[in-house]
This record gives sequence, C-alpha cells and structure tokens, in this order.
Amino acid sequence: MDDSISIKTENLGRIYKKEGGVLEALKNININVNRGEIFGLLGPNGAGKTTLIKILTTLLLPSSGKAYVLGYDVETETLKIREKINMVSGGEWAGYGILTVRENLWMFSQFYGIPTKKAKREIDKYLEIFGLEEDANTKISKLSTGMRQKMNIIRGILSNPEVLFLDEPTLGLDVQIARTVRSFIKVWMKEKEGRTILLTTHYLNEADELCNRIAIIDNGEIHALDTPQGLKKILKNKIMYSVELERESYLNLKELPYTTKFTVNPLKDGKIEVKFQIQDENKIVDIFNYLKNNGFNLVSFRKREPTLEDVFIEIVGKEFKEDE
Amino acid sequence: MNKEYIIRNLKAILGRAYPRVIAANREYSWIIADIILPLLSVIAYGTLYKFLGASKDFLGFAVLGGAMSAFWLNVLWDMASQLYWEKMSGNLQLYILSPISLVSILLGMSIGGMLATSLRAAATLIVGTFIFKLDFSLINITQLLLVFFLTLAALYGLGMMLASLYLIWGREAWHLSEFFQEPVYLVSGMYFPVKFLGKVGFFSSLIPLTVGLDGLRQLLFKEGATFGFLSVNIEILILIILTVIYALLAIYYLKKMEYLARKEGKLTIRWE
Repeated sequence: MDDSISIKTENLGRIYKKEGGVLEALKNININVNRGEIFGLLGPNGAGKTTLIKILTTLLLPSSGKAYVLGYDVETETLKIREKINMVSGGEWAGYGILTVRENLWMFSQFYGIPTKKAKREIDKYLEIFGLEEDANTKISKLSTGMRQKMNIIRGILSNPEVLFLDEPTLGLDVQIARTVRSFIKVWMKEKEGRTILLTTHYLNEADELCNRIAIIDNGEIHALDTPQGLKKILKNKIMYSVELERESYLNLKELPYTTKFTVNPLKDGKIEVKFQIQDENKIVDIFNYLKNNGFNLVSFRKREPTLEDVFIEIVGKEFKEDE
Repeated sequence: MNKEYIIRNLKAILGRAYPRVIAANREYSWIIADIILPLLSVIAYGTLYKFLGASKDFLGFAVLGGAMSAFWLNVLWDMASQLYWEKMSGNLQLYILSPISLVSILLGMSIGGMLATSLRAAATLIVGTFIFKLDFSLINITQLLLVFFLTLAALYGLGMMLASLYLIWGREAWHLSEFFQEPVYLVSGMYFPVKFLGKVGFFSSLIPLTVGLDGLRQLLFKEGATFGFLSVNIEILILIILTVIYALLAIYYLKKMEYLARKEGKLTIRWE
C-alpha cells in the first residue's frame, strides 16, 4: 500500500444478522485516507459511520471486502494496528469511578506500555491544556459530561497514535467545550507531521470546520467524497434563500411553489425558518406573495451560501436529521 | 512475542490490578459485606459446634471457611461478572483495542482482587481467632503456602474462565452467580469438613475451594488430618491440574469471546 495512505478500504461490506433477515450496515465502501489529513465521515445516526470505525479499529470483522490501516490488514494484523491507533467516542463512560482523573489516565497509559514517569508528565501536560489540572485528583464519578469527554480525549492521545479515530467526539457537549475539543484537534494535528484523524460526526459545522475531506454516508453507502469546498461546488448554480416567517400556530408549510429542497425549522416565539432553492430568481416575489396569502408574514430573508447541509440534502435527497 | 510486548502486558497487569487494590482503601462497604456477614455465619456455626460439643478445631474450620468465602465472593461477583460490567461501561472495547492480550486484563483483575481480598480474609481470620480463641498447629508451612496459593490460582482461573463465558452466554448468565453462591458454600464444605459429604466431595472437588479448604484445615489444625477428605499431596496435585485446566480454558474462551465480539459485533457494544 502507498506509504502516503493511512486508511484504505476495498469494497468493504458489513452485515448484521437480525430477526427475520439481515441488515446491510455497509455496502461496498471504497475510501483512501491520506496521511496527515482529517477525514470526515458525515451522516445521520444509523448511516454506518460507527460500523466503519469499528472495523478500522479492529473491533469488528468485515463481512466482505478488505480494509487496511497503515498498510496492515484489519482482519489478520490486529496487534500491529492496535499499537499505532487509538479511539475516542462521544458519550464514552470508560474508566473506573473510584479512580481519580490522573489515575484513570495512568491506568490506560499502561496498556500501551508507556513508562510511568513519561505517562505522568504527559498526563499533567494535557490536563493543563484542557484546563483539568485542578480536577486531576477528582474521582471521575464526580466529573461532568464535558470534563469526562476532555479526559477521554486525553486518554486517546496519550499513546501518541499515528491514526486517531474520533467517533462523534463532541456528542452532547455544550458549545464552549465542543469548541475547546475542536481547537485542540487542530493543534494536535499540526503538532506532528503524518498524524491522521478519521472523524465521524453528524454535526455539519464540525465537519466543515475540521475536515480536509468529507465522505457523505447514508444507509451504508458513500454518496460523495470531496473537500468541503468541493462538495459545496455541487450547488454552485443553485440559488438559495433563507426566510424567517411569523405564522399562526396551527399553520404548517407543506409546499412552496417554484422551489426545490425546501426545509422548515421551528424557531423561538413560534417563528419558522424556511430554506429553499430556486431556479429562477425572478420567482422570489411570487413566493413571498404565496407565503403572505397563506398566512405567513415575512420577518426577514437572505440569499445565502450553500452549507454542507444543503449538499447532504442535494446528494442524499432527504433532510439531515440528527435524531434519524 | 517480543520483549516490548511482554513488558507492555506486565504493565497492563499492574494497571488493571490498581483499581482493585485502590477500591479496598476507598470503599469501606466491604467491611460489612466481606467481614461482618461471613463472621455472622461463622458465629452461627461456632455456636452450633459448641452446643454439639465438637472439638475446638471445628470452630477453626468454620472461621477458615468464613475467611476463604471472601475469595469465592470476589471470584463470583468481581471476576465472573466483571467482563459484562466492563462491556456496559465501554471499557471492554478499549481493552480489545489496546495492543495487549486480554489475558493480561483478567490477570490484573485477578491479582488486584487477590490482594484486596487477602486483606479481607485476613481480617475475618484475625477477628474469628480472637472471638473463638483458636489454637493453630502449623503442620507444614511449605505445603500450607503451596495449597493456599494453588487454591487462589485455580479459583481465579475459574473466575477468568467464567468471565468470558458469562459474556458469551449473555446477561442471563449473571443470575448464575446468584445460583452458584449458596450451593457452593454447601458442596465445598465452607463451614464443615467436606469428608462428611461422602462421594459428593469428589464432584465438588472441581471447585478449587473444596480441596483447597480441606488441605488448609489439615495443615493448620491438629485434628484437621482426622477429618481430611484426601491426602494433602493428592489435593496439591488436584489443585495443580485444576489451575492448568482452568487457565487453559480461560485463554480459550477469552479468544473465543474476542472472536465472537468481532464477528457478531454484539459483545463490545453496550446496548446490545
């Protein structure tokens, strides 16, 4: 395998046996992740992101096809892969509540053979970076979700992995902590050349901010793979609007003439935000008139740049729902 | 297997033993569960033996049984059921992901469990000795140490094997711990010489506690040999065989568990 490639899959597939049939979680996945890049897997829950990560981290066997991490086969060369990777999942509750933050991190460092002196030095360094130094001797059962996730990230990087798998690392975190985690990921990547991150997320902004390339995955299939800018170019000829409307509470907007890919998001105070694409910009006045005639009062409108959400809708043909 | 891999696994054993040892110093509920409760049984048996006019050594048999019961409870609840709890907390997938053998994780649990439980067993023994003013007759210290450590090795080997089996069998297997707990007290002769059970003793010799306790009683009390089930040397041989069998089965089932986890994708996912 080419040395510049960290992760490679060839027609990778995975099925789960279920009562009354099988669930095809991954279908013929072909990806190459380059060394030194943050590669994003973007898709809703159940899209197959975690299954793919579990195969690449040797926790799950593929049902068909092949997968390689740093040139090693995930089925047969597990130890060689495990020596060079680590994984952090969102909402992870690993460790022992009776141990302190520092003790838990030391324990996990021992599984990678890190000498105690070095481990303690590194732990202190990262605790300071994440602002956890004052909680170093707190039992982890007393930590908040955000603090615990910071500890999990430290656990994941203590072994200095060549490839780090981040499975929804900011899941359920408040905005500030999620921002801290994202900032750290960027710094960590720059700290040493050749590190690779495979990040799964269903936060579109996170993928946009962090990833060099993104694969859009849904129903076990990769629908598109490109840089965030490249993906947005798919929509370069589309005219996009976002309008804010006031309405009577019983009114629902089920259709909007002259538009495609329209989505409705509820806002505060009973307002709604409607996003849509149009082919002919001259029709915008007709659209506003239609809204007014159907009981919707225009509060504001703006022409907007495409987001990854629009790309997802364009490619997959459905709205990106986090709770899907 | 290179030197680096061996060192890493030794460190992993130490790392995983640590929470077990630390827990003994931070959680004091064990004083009730592992000292006071066994002592209540010991006192009940001791009172009965006194009433029946049994020799003082019988009180010693009961106290020793009470002390060793701490190891049985530790194996049953903190070894056999442990991988299930590790799965639920998400630790199991991190263990599998680590570049070490899962055997090291279970060995770490065992060693940590043995150390912490030894403290508890010793406390029961000391308090029991004080209450009943026991007389010990040290017959052969080498054999005594051999029987004690082989009993622990075989017992924790059994625990390591059950840990994988419980996980493979599913959550219902957890109820097996409840099912096994009390009958093992009876068939292993926890509070009385197993000789009184006759042929049942041969079957219950598959439980390392049975022959281990019998051997310890023979080597610690004057009348121990009179009520001994088998000769101490045969019991040492049985314990060696049990240690080897349970250790090999533990390794086999651990590998099988990891294979099933990777094949079916169920065992490492906490909600499956």
